[in-house]
Amino acid sequence: MAYVSFFVIAAITVGSALGLILRPNAIHGALFLVVNLGSVAALYLMLGAEFLAAAQVIVYAGAIMVLFVFAIMVLIPGKEETGPDPRRSARLLALPIGGILLLLLVFVVAGRFTGPGAATRPSGTAGAVGRLLFTSYLFPFELTSVLLLAAMVGVLLLARRRA
Amino acid sequence: MVPESYYVALSAVLFSIGVVGVVVRRNPLVIFMSIELMLNAANLALVAFGQRVGNLDGQAVVFFVMAVAAAEVAVGLAIIVTIFRVRRRLSVDELSVMRW
Repeated sequence: MAYVSFFVIAAITVGSALGLILRPNAIHGALFLVVNLGSVAALYLMLGAEFLAAAQVIVYAGAIMVLFVFAIMVLIPGKEETGPDPRRSARLLALPIGGILLLLLVFVVAGRFTGPGAATRPSGTAGAVGRLLFTSYLFPFELTSVLLLAAMVGVLLLARRRA
Repeated sequence: MVPESYYVALSAVLFSIGVVGVVVRRNPLVIFMSIELMLNAANLALVAFGQRVGNLDGQAVVFFVMAVAAAEVAVGLAIIVTIFRVRRRLSVDELSVMRW
């Protein structure tokens, strides 16, 4: 049963990722990416990372994708990729190279999976992850707030209309 | 219980799709979304490895990656909007000002 749901979700994930890079329309790509992020959240749930699944939906599928859709609507880039591609042959080289990269990744990672893993998977509830974040990872956590503040100020500066 | 190696294999597939998307597409917004796809693949691998080792540190790292990704998207989209304001075109082939 777990295998069936894993393969169904994996198929949705890969299919929506392919949709993102194959559809010429950017807004279709954004909607495919929402599906992709949602199914990755489902995979987090299957792995027992409940807090991250919720954060994934809120941060990625919520906040980040809204930003993307806004940018696409503002820029209206729908007709930018309709013309003939002057570098078509060079771009098609990406397919074999992507295939080779995939083989390399699987080859290297598969070599690492030797020996038994942990007997039980820890449950990634908000309480457990939060306790970890506020003890061992307290300093990086505070640095994150500085990073977000810096990003906010930087974006305001960049997007400001020059008078 | 599905073994963690399945999740890592799926994340490798997603990462490769993201790489191909970055190279193949001409629209900077789609390229940006492909980068998000690669970040997500890395996150999935991090969670899977953490569950295999049996501690929650991988999930803490994923939390930080999400925060950095949010900041990165905001800054990147602001840059793209600014470029579009100046150039009125949106194709990465024409943005060769900084190319040596």
